[in-house]
Amino acid sequence: MSLAQAAHSGRLRQARPANSGSIATMPARSMASSGEESLSASMQAAQNGDAASYRALLRDCVPIISAMARSKGVQGTTIDDVVQDTLLTIHRARASYDPARPFLPWLRAITHRRAIDVLRQGSRRPREVHDPIAYEARADDAPLPGHDLDDRDRRRAVVQAVAHLPPGQREAIEHIALRELSLDEASLLTGRTKIALKVNFHRALKALRASLSSSKEGSDV
Amino acid sequence: MSDPASHERLVEELTRSLAPIRRLPGPGWRAFAWVSAVLGLGALLLPLSDAAALQARLGVPDLRYAALGAMLTSGAAAFAAFQSSVPGRSRAWALLPIPPLVLWLGVSGLGCLRARLAPASNLAETGEMRGCFVFLMAVSLPLSVLLVMMLRRACPLNPSLTAALGGLAVAAAAAALLVPFHPHDATATDLAVHLVAVLIVVGLNGLLGGRFLEGTIGRRSAARAADADP
Repeated sequence: MSLAQAAHSGRLRQARPANSGSIATMPARSMASSGEESLSASMQAAQNGDAASYRALLRDCVPIISAMARSKGVQGTTIDDVVQDTLLTIHRARASYDPARPFLPWLRAITHRRAIDVLRQGSRRPREVHDPIAYEARADDAPLPGHDLDDRDRRRAVVQAVAHLPPGQREAIEHIALRELSLDEASLLTGRTKIALKVNFHRALKALRASLSSSKEGSDV
Repeated sequence: MSDPASHERLVEELTRSLAPIRRLPGPGWRAFAWVSAVLGLGALLLPLSDAAALQARLGVPDLRYAALGAMLTSGAAAFAAFQSSVPGRSRAWALLPIPPLVLWLGVSGLGCLRARLAPASNLAETGEMRGCFVFLMAVSLPLSVLLVMMLRRACPLNPSLTAALGGLAVAAAAAALLVPFHPHDATATDLAVHLVAVLIVVGLNGLLGGRFLEGTIGRRSAARAADADP
């Protein structure tokens, strides 16, 4: 078991390969803990200013950080972001490492925090979604092709129905409904009383409703 | 997917800027240093207090235990704050100040019953309470600045939690330092004033201190995201 795999599982000290007995466990455990000890020793040397140990430590940390980030659900190129943020934080926080304690829990805490930060940033940013037929499948907001023809037919039917009304009712419907005049204005224009206009208007509406509904039923059949 | 070249560049960059660094003392030592600073401030202020009145007040069990609770809360919260500022330490340390906090607030709350049990007690007036509030705020400020400066030296991965624990440490320390200057016994309004002051100090530390502490950690991906945004 590699150090990165052990770190990925989060149980370095209890790392145990599958199908292994207690004898087979020993080398893996001692390898993992010796790896951790060497990381700890490198960090201690880095605290004292040893650049070569520090370079080796950071290089060794890269695959471990990647594995830890993956275990937190980070995927793709964002793993690189987590690796770089974690390396920067290691550099910034190197004084806080206590060589008397194991190295990997220290590294894991930093990596998990940086992974969470990167995941949060990613969720705030707008993302491209892969959907190749989205453009073709999108419903058009514009009216349907036959909309204008239907509209023209409906208008013609209304004009014909109004034309067939008796003159008093037609006058009322034209002034009050189509030209949207008030009862007072229509009364002044036509010389009829408001009550007469109202009566004619309601009779006209009733007649129109009857004639238009019958013509619609006729056209449907 | 991985970009080894850019990792290698960063490793080289960090290695170039490597300098020997003094290891941070453990959280216990750092908490001890801060508590010592608090005690030093208390020693400076002590000559200004009324020693006889202080002795009389400390003779009353609930006032004595409230002062003890505040001191223990301050120390425990400072220790927890320093623990939380080191990566890899258990977050359960944040619970450490709760028992002394319960003692402090509980005993202070019991003290409020004094008005009913002993009507002759010396109770607070509005002007005195304003004085307490100003004292708590004035003492909290330098202690907060000192604590945040000390916490910044580590690497607080949860800046808001660390700063809130620091705020509790500061507020409890200020309340403990107030004891020698407190001219009256506890009442409900008095406790409320103290609680408001504590909450203000904890809240301000959580908000401002958290930002100060967050600024200590360099994050390259955040800078990249900011550059990418139009």
